[in-house]
Amino acid sequence: MGTSDNTQSSNAHLTTPTRLTGAEILWATLVGEGVTTVFGYPGGAILPAYDALRKFPIHHVLVRHEQGASHMADGYARASGKVGVAIATSGPGATNLVTGIATAMLDSIPIVCITGNVSSKVLGTDAFQEVDITGITLPVTKHNFLVNRTEDLAAALRSAFQIAVSGRPGPVLVDITKDAQQGTAIFDFAAAKPRPYRPHPMLRVSESDLTQAAELIRNAKRPVILAGHGVSESGAMEHVRTLAERAQIPVGLTLLGLGAFPASHPLNLGMMGMHGESWLNNAIQEADLLIACGMRFDDRVTGTLATYAQKAKKIHIEVDPAEVNKNVKVDVALIGDLREVLEQLLPRIPGRDGSAWIKTIEASKGASAVRDIKNIPDFGHLYAAHVMHDLWRITGGNAIVVTDVGQHQMWEAQYFHHEQPRTLITSGGLGTMGFALPAAIGAKFACPESEVWVVAGDGGFQMTASELATIAQEGIKINIAIINNGYLGMVRQWQEFFYERNYESTPLVSPDFVKLADAHGIQGLAVRTRAELADAVDTARSAKGTFLLNFMVEKEESVYPMIPVGAALHEMIRRPEHDPLLESPQDK
Amino acid sequence: MLHTFVAYVEDLPGVLTRVASLFRRLNININSLTVGRSERPGLSRLTLVCDASAEAGNRVRASLFKLENVVDVDDIAGAPAVTRELALIKVSSTPRNRAQIFDLVEVFRARIVDLTSESLMIEMTGVESKIEGLIEVLREDDGRILEICRSGKMTMRRGHHTSSVLKAMGAGPAAPETEPAEHFEDSVAVEPE
Repeated sequence: MGTSDNTQSSNAHLTTPTRLTGAEILWATLVGEGVTTVFGYPGGAILPAYDALRKFPIHHVLVRHEQGASHMADGYARASGKVGVAIATSGPGATNLVTGIATAMLDSIPIVCITGNVSSKVLGTDAFQEVDITGITLPVTKHNFLVNRTEDLAAALRSAFQIAVSGRPGPVLVDITKDAQQGTAIFDFAAAKPRPYRPHPMLRVSESDLTQAAELIRNAKRPVILAGHGVSESGAMEHVRTLAERAQIPVGLTLLGLGAFPASHPLNLGMMGMHGESWLNNAIQEADLLIACGMRFDDRVTGTLATYAQKAKKIHIEVDPAEVNKNVKVDVALIGDLREVLEQLLPRIPGRDGSAWIKTIEASKGASAVRDIKNIPDFGHLYAAHVMHDLWRITGGNAIVVTDVGQHQMWEAQYFHHEQPRTLITSGGLGTMGFALPAAIGAKFACPESEVWVVAGDGGFQMTASELATIAQEGIKINIAIINNGYLGMVRQWQEFFYERNYESTPLVSPDFVKLADAHGIQGLAVRTRAELADAVDTARSAKGTFLLNFMVEKEESVYPMIPVGAALHEMIRRPEHDPLLESPQDK
Repeated sequence: MLHTFVAYVEDLPGVLTRVASLFRRLNININSLTVGRSERPGLSRLTLVCDASAEAGNRVRASLFKLENVVDVDDIAGAPAVTRELALIKVSSTPRNRAQIFDLVEVFRARIVDLTSESLMIEMTGVESKIEGLIEVLREDDGRILEICRSGKMTMRRGHHTSSVLKAMGAGPAAPETEPAEHFEDSVAVEPE
C-alpha cells in the first residue's frame, strides 16, 4: 500500500514559503498536519488536486462510493484518535459524503472532508455537478469552509483540523473551487496557523461545584457512574477508574463508552439503556446519585425522561455546555474537559465503602443470568449471541470490532467484552447502516497491526458491500462476520413487539455472500452450526487476506432485554422464560 | 417567554444563515432580527428576539457559542437594557387631512420624512408598544396605512457593560463612559416574563 516512490518533493515548502498551486497547497498542508492516508474518489472539480497528489507522501485509498470515504475517515479517526480525511468531487461526490459526515457529527468524531467545487466564476449558476455542499452540510458539520481563493486555502485547512479535534470533536468540510486549486499563491505553512483555540466561554468548573460534587459522592448510598464516549475522547480512562475504585462506585457504560472502562473490572456493570443490562437499568432507577462522565443522556439510554432516575441527584461532567440540562436536569454541572475536571475532583474524593450497594446489585443479577441466551444450550440452532460470545473467547477480546447497526450491534455490545478504548467502533448516534465495512477499512489503515473484525447484518452489509473491491485493490487483511438472519432483524423485532408481527418489507433476499466475496478475490465460508464456528473463525484469522464468514443464524431471534420507546428504564421486555424458539430443536 | 440575544458575529458571507439555521433546527421562530456593523471592525452586531421556553435560553446561548463565526453572545434576559425599534409608515393623506396626521405625529414624537400630494411617510423610533400605538391610531381610518416597514428590535444593556469575551479579545474601542446615559421617559427595561 506504499507510495514511497511518489515522494518526489521534499517537505522544504513546509519551512520555506514557496509559490505553489492551490492543489499543491492542499496536499502540502495535509502533510504538515500529519496526514498520511486519505480516502477518496476523483472527479472533474477535484481533478487539479488529484493531478498534484503524486508529488506528496500521502497514500490515497480509492473507495467505491463516497459514503465509504467518509466512513473510512471516521473509522480511521475512531481507531487512532487522529483526524481522518476524506476527499470527493463536487455535486454527487459531495452529497454522497453526507451520510458519513452526519454519522461523525452525531458521534463527535474528528474528520475533515475535502470537496472540489466548480470554478468561482460559475458558483451559484447550477453549473454541471454543482451543489451547495456547504449549505447542505451546515447542520451536520462543526463548521465548514468555502474556499474560492488560493491564498485562503492553507489557513482554512489548518483551521479545519483545529476545529475538528478541539473541544467536543466533530466533522469539518472544506469546499474548494476548481480555480482555487488551479491558481497559485505563496504557501507559508507557519503563517497559516489558526488563531489559538478559543474554549467555549460557558465552560465552568467552580470551586463550590467541585465541593458540592465531592459532598454528594461522599454521602451517596447508591451511586452509579455513567461513563460515555467522552471518557476515551478526553483520555480519562485512568481517572474514571480511580474514581470508581477509590469510592467503590459501580460503572455503567453507554454504547460508545464500551471499552473506556475494562469489561472484566469487578465494578463494571456493562451497557445501559434500551438493550442494556437489566441490573444496571434497575440500579440507575434505584440510584441516589448518578455521576455522568462524558455522556449526553441520549434517549436510548434514558427511556422516558419523566420516570428516569427520579431518586437520584445528578452530577454531569461534560465538555459541551449545550448538552447540560438538555434532556435531564442535573444538580451539579462541571462543564469542562472530563480529564481536567476529574483531576480537580479526585483529590477531594476520599475512600468510601460501597459494598452494601454493590452486593444489592450483584444479587439482582441472578435472575437475569438464567434468561441469558449465553447460558442456554443451542439445541442445534446458531444464535447470533453465541457467535459474538465465541468470537470474543477465540480472539481473547484482542481485536478491533467494527459493527454495523441493528440486532448484531446490540449482541456485540452485550457479548463481546471490550477491555480497551477504541476497540469497538460503531455508529451510535446516527445508527448508520452500511457503516461497518468502510469504517473497518479505515480502522485497518489506522492500526495495520491490529486484528480487525467487521460484524454486520445481511441488510447493512449490502448497503456498502461494494467496498469489498476497495479491500481487494488495497490488499488489506480484515475479517468479516455477516450475521445473516434473512431479515432486517431489528426492524423485524419492532414489528414483532409493536406491530403485531406484520413483517412488512423486512424479509431480505441476499446474494450468496461467499460467492460475492469470491468474485472480489476474497475467500469466504458459510457457517451453519455452532460446532463449525471455532474452526471457521480460526480459518478466517489465519488466512493471509481478508476472509468473510457468513453466519446463517436463527431467523427470528430478538435482542433482550428491550425498553420500548416511551417506557421507563426499568420497564424492560425480558426474554420469555419459556421461549418456544429456544426449546424446540426440531422446528428447524 | 421572550428571549433577547445580542451577538457579535464575524462579518462574512453565510454567517447569518448559520445563526438562523440554529433556530430552525431547534424549531424556534425568530420574532425579530436586526444586524449591522458594530464598534469593532470585521464584527457585526445582531439583536435576535425569539419566543422559547425559559430553559431554552441557556441552550440557545451555548449552541450559538458553538458556531465558529460567533464571537460573543449575551442573553439580555431581565438585565436593565434599552430597546428600540425603527418604523417607517407610509399613509395616504390629502392636503385636507394632513393636519390631523401632523397632530398625531406630534403626540407620538415621530417625524414626517416624506410628503407628497397623496401620501406622507412617518419615521418613528421607540419601544415596540409605542410604535404599535401609533399604528393602531392610524388604522382607525380604513385604508389609510399604505406600507409599514419595521426594523425589529435593537437592544443594548444599560450602564458600563463590557463582555468578558470581547475584553479578552482586546483591540476594542476605549472603555465606554461609566455614567449611564440620560434616561428618556419612554425607555423601558426589558422585563422577563
